[in-house]
Amino acid sequence: MTETAIQDDGLARRHALREREMRRKLLALNLLAAVLGLALWSLLSFIDLAGLPGPLSVASRAIQLIANGQLFVDLAASIQRVLLGFAIGTALAIPVGFLMGWYTWARGLMEPYVQFFRTIPPLALIPLAIVFLGIGEVPKVFVITLAAFLVSVISTYQGVVNVDRVLINAARVLGAGDAAVFRRVIVPASTPFILVGMRTGLGAAWSTLVAAELIAAQQGLGHRMQQAQIYYDLETIFVALITIGITGLLMDRVLLWLDQRLTVWQERR
Amino acid sequence: MTTPKIQFARVSCAFVLQGQEFRAVNDLDLDIADGEIVTLVGPSGCGKSTLMNMAAGLQEPTGGTVRVDGKPVSGPGPERGVIFQQYALFPWLTVAQNVGFGLEIKGVPAQERARIVARCLDLVGLTAFADALPKTLSGGMKQRCAIARAYAVDPAVLLMDEPFGALDALTRVNMQEQLLATWARDKRTILFITHDVDEAVFLAHRVVVMAARPGRIHEIVDVDLPYPRTEDIRLSQRFQDLRNRVWHAVYHQH
Ligand SMILES: Nc1ncnc2c1ncn2[C@@H]1O[C@H](COP(=O)(O)OP(=O)(O)OP(=O)(O)O)[C@@H](O)[C@H]1O
Ligand SMILES: [Mg+2]
Repeated sequence: MTETAIQDDGLARRHALREREMRRKLLALNLLAAVLGLALWSLLSFIDLAGLPGPLSVASRAIQLIANGQLFVDLAASIQRVLLGFAIGTALAIPVGFLMGWYTWARGLMEPYVQFFRTIPPLALIPLAIVFLGIGEVPKVFVITLAAFLVSVISTYQGVVNVDRVLINAARVLGAGDAAVFRRVIVPASTPFILVGMRTGLGAAWSTLVAAELIAAQQGLGHRMQQAQIYYDLETIFVALITIGITGLLMDRVLLWLDQRLTVWQERR
Repeated sequence: MTTPKIQFARVSCAFVLQGQEFRAVNDLDLDIADGEIVTLVGPSGCGKSTLMNMAAGLQEPTGGTVRVDGKPVSGPGPERGVIFQQYALFPWLTVAQNVGFGLEIKGVPAQERARIVARCLDLVGLTAFADALPKTLSGGMKQRCAIARAYAVDPAVLLMDEPFGALDALTRVNMQEQLLATWARDKRTILFITHDVDEAVFLAHRVVVMAARPGRIHEIVDVDLPYPRTEDIRLSQRFQDLRNRVWHAVYHQH
């Protein structure tokens, strides 16, 4: 009654080949989409739609901003805020989410606040943050933290609540006490939810950033855009926008990679 | 009389469904002796799983008492192994890690753990899949993994909820013989739920036939066939008679 695992190397190789083929096709389509987008952009700027700068003038502005170091100063300032806010927000959200999911008392105490603040966009707290926290780094990081926290806390909580009761029971009958159930069932079972929360939280952190940098910032991509807006410098606005897009995408990819590493066990679809 | 291994004493379990009380198990008495194999059959929804969950300590009775070794059950414990109807494998652990889970909780050293896991995997024929994740297993393989996981902690009582339900006929017969061979060595007490009348008779000292609404014992059929149960016994007239009796008790309750 022993079964043997499939050991057909030919099959495995063909499978890998097909997979690679598929990925190449997808990549080609992605490239095509990018080229088409650029072409459309060029066309729009050529017919001079609302003074839209073309890709070339934006690229030359980008080179200029890179050469004089301005872009890196802004990017570093923004990334620092996003990462700091995201890290603090997530680090708080995971334990709070676990507590809320695990203990009824914690849920009862915290849920009203979480639900209440969820209905307020973090940006709406900026005026208040300025009054209480001044105009330095603190209020900026604070609103980003809040944005990341609110997203992550909900999904962590959902993850804990959604753990299959049968799995908890299975652990219990194998001798697991509360601590072991928590560490060995609740934590791994809610990991996919937490990672989804982190990815959405990162998105929320980036989208809060620009507005947060409207608070008397000296550097930052959001601040740069605001300055550029005053001087009607559309090229710089584009450079900043594209930089935010690319950076956000790269960070999301890192989380996606982490997600796929940590949750290979998941039954997808 | 010696104390029964498992004793259901006027046990009831009620649920509230849409504001109405629903008796999944009603005022049920059943004693299971140490080393006895009792199979539980009955129509779907008659309270078999509920009864087993009460013995496992996962469901509190709303009336009466469930005792194991004379002591009222107050929660789950590794001396009562459970095989769930829904496999309940930990999807993030490999087959071998699933099987070793209970041993790890118990603090069994890694080397001995590996030895026990290997033996249990061999018993259910999953050695080649030790490092596979549950999502890559077929239903029958998952079930066998769940069986190995329960065996690994060497419980004195085995509570098995349709453990062979997802297996093909051949593997099923194999697993039945395997179960009896293991039982012949360790004489564990086994409460075994099944929908298969042949299986119920083949394994058991006694077949308990339940009826639904409210969940109760309809009839108990004593299986006076000797162990070891061989293929000859399975094909004997006496076996046929017993299975016919159980069949009637299950399918012609009214
Ligand atoms: N947690 C619960 N809440 C409400 N009702 C429940 C609960 N668990 C079981 N029941 C009800 O109790 C009855 C018995 O359920 P149980 O799972 O014990 O049946 P079963 O005999 O194991 O059925 P099957 O053969 O289909 O597995 C069912 O009608 C079910 O709806
Ligand atoms: Mg059931």
